[in-house]
Amino acid sequence: MTTADHKPQILAFLAQFFGEHRLTDDEDIFATGFVNSLFIMQLVLFVEGEFDITVDDDDLEMANFNTVRAIDALVTRKRGAVGAAAQRS
Amino acid sequence: MSDIHTVGVVGAGVMGTGLAQALAQTGHRVLLVDRTKEILAAAERTIGQGLRFGRLLGAKASGAKASGAKGPEAERPKEDRATVLGRIGYTTDYEGFDEADFVIENITEDWGLKKGVYERLDALCPERTVFAANTSVIPITRIGAATSRPDRVLGMHFMNPVPLKPTVEMIRGHHTSAATVDTARTLLAQLGKEGILVEDSPGFVTNRVLMLTVNEAVYLVHEGVAGAEDVDRIFKTCFGHTMGPLETADLIGLDTILQSVEGLYAAFSDSKYRPCPLLVRMVDAGLLGRKSGQGFYSYATTLA
Repeated sequence: MTTADHKPQILAFLAQFFGEHRLTDDEDIFATGFVNSLFIMQLVLFVEGEFDITVDDDDLEMANFNTVRAIDALVTRKRGAVGAAAQRS
Repeated sequence: MSDIHTVGVVGAGVMGTGLAQALAQTGHRVLLVDRTKEILAAAERTIGQGLRFGRLLGAKASGAKASGAKGPEAERPKEDRATVLGRIGYTTDYEGFDEADFVIENITEDWGLKKGVYERLDALCPERTVFAANTSVIPITRIGAATSRPDRVLGMHFMNPVPLKPTVEMIRGHHTSAATVDTARTLLAQLGKEGILVEDSPGFVTNRVLMLTVNEAVYLVHEGVAGAEDVDRIFKTCFGHTMGPLETADLIGLDTILQSVEGLYAAFSDSKYRPCPLLVRMVDAGLLGRKSGQGFYSYATTLA
């Protein structure tokens, strides 16, 4: 079980696409004009690779990816589930 | 007109893979042909990812429209990914094309290559089969002339990403029959799309305007008038466009943009279609946009 804050890594990744703009934790990433809706594919692949998780079809929802806080919550939930499964086995 | 069941898709690049996905998702049997097994294996992976992300992108696309007009993706019942993938056959030698009801060609914008493909299709396919060229710049009348069936050849200019875009630019060549246009409209209806019919002219409506716009936007970056992000943000926030011209160029592929601009230049012999030197340099450097991971923007999926 991990309770680590993943936001710094998520923000560092996003900073590559946001120029001078400083994203806040609750700002809608897709409403800023810096990235278009297709960016979500890059974002999902980053989250899966960086945090070693698999995002299930049921979690492929915009609500899980449109803010830094939402992505952090998803990663925490996924890593928690992996940790719990590892403890059971 | 009876239903169109089996559709041949020639070329497994950006457009061909999107088209194969859209056709399979709407219940068609698809025959996807390209030159090598490696290209086809990559196409199969791309289609798998397309299906995986389809719902997410479809939901976003429809949610973004205030008019309530939904993309075809939004209304489709969810189907097992393996079932959809199972409808697509992959071939390097046009196997099964003798049963194709309809063929859509999406190869590179090179007339020498296209001519050879149409001669082969003409020899392989049944007489009834309609050929659609998903070209952005080559005249449909010239393509028709490479076959023995110019009345059954038309242009169908699909937009990228194909599964998400509701409208297709249809082009009537000099000899294209009304029945052929009807058949193409039937296929589009089965895909959940609509067509807008225009007459044959280099670049049609879309690319005559879009390619010049993209090329001019590249000139602005080349001359240092504005950076790529600012050019695109001006189009998005001032004009309400969904994407700016340089993001669009990255999505289409800078090699395709260059071929199209050069095609317009050749067709009209008009210097206003001269390609920007920065566009030529980026293509030479392999910076082709989304498909190569880098264009005017980075498509990284890792931390730098």
